[in-house]
Formats: sequence, structure tokens, C-alpha cells
Amino acid sequence: MAEARVIRVKAGPRLWLSGLWLTFFALAAIFAPLIVPHDPLAQDLMLGKLPPAWVTGHEPGYLLGTDSLGRDVLSRLISAARPALFVAIGAGLAACLLGSVLGLLAGFFGGWTDRIISRIVDIWMAFPPVLLSILLVAFLNPSLQSVIIAIAIIDWTRFCRVVRAETMQQRRMDYVESARAMGLTSIATLAREVLPNVLPAIIVLLSLEMGIAVIVEAILSYVNLSVSTDQATWGSMIAEGRGIIYQAWWVLVFPMIALFLTVLAFSQFGEGLKERFDPVLR
Amino acid sequence: MSRNLLIRLGSTMVTLFGVALIVFILVRVVPGNPIAMMLPPGASDADIALLTAHYGLDKPIMTQFWIWLGRALQGDFGTSISLRQDVMSLIFGRLPATLELATLALLIAMALGGALAITAARFRGTAVETGIDLANGASLAMPDFLWGLTFILLFGVLIPVFAISGRVSPTLDLPFVTGFYLIESILRLRVDIFLDLMRHMLMPALALALPLAAVIAQLLKTSLKEAMQQDYVMLARTKGFSETRVLISEALRNAVIPTLTLAGVQFTFLIGGTVIVERLFSYEGLGNMAIDAVINRDLPLIQGIVLVFALIFVIINLIVDLSYALLNPRLRHG
Repeated sequence: MAEARVIRVKAGPRLWLSGLWLTFFALAAIFAPLIVPHDPLAQDLMLGKLPPAWVTGHEPGYLLGTDSLGRDVLSRLISAARPALFVAIGAGLAACLLGSVLGLLAGFFGGWTDRIISRIVDIWMAFPPVLLSILLVAFLNPSLQSVIIAIAIIDWTRFCRVVRAETMQQRRMDYVESARAMGLTSIATLAREVLPNVLPAIIVLLSLEMGIAVIVEAILSYVNLSVSTDQATWGSMIAEGRGIIYQAWWVLVFPMIALFLTVLAFSQFGEGLKERFDPVLR
Repeated sequence: MSRNLLIRLGSTMVTLFGVALIVFILVRVVPGNPIAMMLPPGASDADIALLTAHYGLDKPIMTQFWIWLGRALQGDFGTSISLRQDVMSLIFGRLPATLELATLALLIAMALGGALAITAARFRGTAVETGIDLANGASLAMPDFLWGLTFILLFGVLIPVFAISGRVSPTLDLPFVTGFYLIESILRLRVDIFLDLMRHMLMPALALALPLAAVIAQLLKTSLKEAMQQDYVMLARTKGFSETRVLISEALRNAVIPTLTLAGVQFTFLIGGTVIVERLFSYEGLGNMAIDAVINRDLPLIQGIVLVFALIFVIINLIVDLSYALLNPRLRHG
């Protein structure tokens, strides 16, 4: 019991801090057009590669400096939160839905249903994920929707494997037997009795998946396979910064920090939730 | 054991077959005539017909799949559209670079993860363990993509000790006959080339290794701490062995099995990670070529690379399963 209490105390600030950053991130994404100091696409070659405000040679009004085309880094950073949030939610939910449904079915019905679904998962795991996502997006034509579809098609297995194992465990519980004895159909038992007990695990995975989705979107836009160039993304900013790394480090560093904090916050939020849910999970 | 082995091999075959089928379908779904793309512009209709027949594309779709699979099994993946070379020789040209990078990363991860786990287990319950736990958490939270970028900034720009792009300095004259530069430089005792290779490979390898090292450290530490409470460890202690010696000679041997299994699975993630890390460091490996192939819509090359990656994944999983069965006496007669 004492140990459980220690965990609960540790889970507090972890959830709190990561939740705070995620709220900040979501607000920035939602209100991006209202709060950006400059047009994130406005080019001014006279103001190219300006350093951030605390470095000599800066210009007032450009807090985090400008890139090689004179676009304001801070404005681009904020407006890039939008596609990141969009992909996190869209891809996270899509992968979650697909994987959880298949996992529930495989775990609950067992037999051939389970064998077929598990075999598909095995085959899926034999593809290198980054390569497969690049492949899918290229074939679907680069866009945010394609990125979301690709991530969902690749990452549903993460949900499927965990939900299947959890469901198998729940199926053996007494309450499932009694629900059946009361005359509930399989689907009703699954939805009303099993799902609520598997839900905590799903929510934890969803938070982790959103972090993964943000990283994958950044990787795809790094290789120029995400949104078109008239929308700033952290990945495309990083790619630009990598190219002019010796002249303007700030173009690379700030989107890296934003990306890192967001990914860290999603994973820590998930871990924090896991610790919160732990008695339920066990 | 032999029965398990057969079942395992059979299911591996089914997996590979599934991968091949999916790759085949993916490529068929894409609009455009692959044969017309394979030939240089201005090819005659007779040429197109000839090549179409060569690849069996004039036959029904299922027959096409079997023909394609038969050719793929013989290593014939056709000709790259963008590079106009045989796909298989292109892949074999790049594969050594990727294998060397991934193996170097694996070795770093095992050495680093092992050392951290043993240190944390030796000083369990102290600030040392807490510190190692925190470091593990940090390196796990950061994906290889971000580690790579961080290293580029730190050791490529801020303190420029490493090269940030390429596999080897283009000015060096390489006397090598195989693509395994690192191994050949060691065998031929060419210290200058070895050091230059390391100057290029160490950062991408470290970026790939760190997340895996953290996983190994965490898992091995847990197993070690468990093992340290077993009877045989107590016995070794009463014999007067030092704590460090007990840890390394007694506990480690038993704690290493579960770690090995997981490290094998994680190694496939590491290989998947080479795709973007190679891109990041402009490293001339298979992953970097794959991204170019996708950007150029070079279907034959993409097919070949994806299948080779899948083959590597499946082989690693097979080796892990088999070594687990061999190492674990309880499963040997399962």
C-alpha cells in the first residue's frame, strides 16, 4: 500500500506538467491565426536569417529570428502547431478505433477470428514502419489526410496487440460469465462489460500514439511528404534549418524544442495516466 | 524442439508470403504502366510488348503474382526506373552500409545498456540508481530522429568533432573490394580509414542506439535485481564473493535471457529507424535510397527495398525466437 501511495504522489506533477504543455500546445494551434506576430508565409529577403532577440544583429519584432527567406520563426512555430495537433488527434483516434475493435474481437471470440487477426498483425510488424509510412503517403499523394491514413494503417497493431491481451484476460472473469448467463449477446457483453474495463489501457495507448503521430508527421514533412509548402510544419522547418545549420542554428533549434516538448508531454501524460489507472489495469 | 522449430519456420514463411502479397498489391494499385516506366522514353511498342511478356504482365493477375514471386525469389526485381540499374545490385550495393550502421548501433546499445544496468543494480537504492533511471527515461522519451538532430547540433556544429553527412570522406582512396568498409578497414589494419568511418558513423549509430540502450538498461536492471534475491546468489554471497563479482558472475547469467529476447525485437525497431537517421546524416545506405526511390516513384526499387527490409525483420525475429528456446532450459522441451 505504501508503494501505491508513492506512485500516486509521483503521478501528480507528471500529469500536471505534461497536461499544462499539451493545453498550451492545443491553444496555440487553435488560435494560431490570431496570435502569430507576423504572417508565417510572408517573405522578406532583406530580413533573411535574422538571429533571435538576445543575439547581436537582431531586429525588433522578430523574437526567435527569421529563416533564409525572411519568414518569422516564432510565427511559423505557432502556425505549425496546427497540423501537428490535427495529425495527433486524427491519426491517434483512427489507429485507436481500428486497432481496438480488431483487438476486442480477437481477444473476445478467440479461435479463427483471433488466428486471422493475429496473423495479420504479424505480417504488419514485418514492415519497417517509417519506410511503410513514406511509401503510403507517396502513393496516396502527400497531404495531411494521407499522413493520418498512413499512420492509422501502420500503428493500429499497437492497439490491437494490447487490447487483445487485455480482453483475453477480462473474458475469463466471472462478470463476463454472469453477463452471458443473463442472456446478453456477445456484442452487448463486449460493449457493455468488457470495453469499460479495457478502456483505461486504450486511453493510455492513445496518449502515447498521439506523441508518435506528431513525430511521424515531422519525419514525413522533413522528407517533404506531408502538407504542401504553404503550411509551415515543424518537420519542414527542421529540414530547412538542417540545410543552413552553420549560418542560422535558430531555424533548426526552436522547432526541435517544440517537437521534443510535445512528444515528451504526450508520452509522459500517457505514463502518468497509466500510473493513475494501475489498480484498474491489474 | 524440432517440432517447434518447424512450426516457427512455417509461420515465418506465411508472414513473408503475406508481405510479398501486400507489396505486390500496393504496387499494382498505383496508377501507371510499370513497364513503360522501366524503359527509356521513346521505346518502341515492340520493346514494351517484349518486356511485358518478360515480366508476365500480359497474363491474369494471380498468374502475374506467381511469376513475380518466382522472379523475386531468384533475386530478379527488375530495373530501377530512376537509376536505370538492376534493382538487386543496387540493393546489395547499399545493404552493407546499413548493416554496418545497425550493427554498430546494436553493439553500442548493448554495451551502454549493460553497463548502466549493472551499475544501477550494484548501487541499487542509492542516488546512482535514481540518476540512471532518469537518464533512461530521458533517452526513451526522445526518438532517434531528435537524437540525431541533437548530435548534429552538438558535435557537428557547436563542437565540430564529427562529420554531419556521408559515410566516408570522399577524398579518401578506398582500396576495398566489398561494401563492408568498417570491417575491411579493421581487417586491413587501415587505422586512418577506420577513424574516418567512425567520424561519420558514430553520431547516427549513437542516435539509433540510445533509445535501445535505455530499454536494455531498464529491463536488465529489473532482472538483475530480481536475480540478486535468489537462493543461488545468497549462496555465492555466503562464500564471501564480493557484491560486484556475485552480480556479474552469478546474477547476470540468468538475468540476461529475458533482456536478450526483448533486445532482439527492439533491434527491428532500430533497423526501421535507419531509414530516417540515414536521411538525416546523408548516409549512403539502403534507407536513404528508399526515400529517394519513393520520392522518384521508382516502383521496382521500392518493391525490392521493402521486401529486403521485411526479410531482415523476419530473420531477426526468427533468430530471437530460436535463441530464446536454446537459452531457456524450461522451453527446451516445450
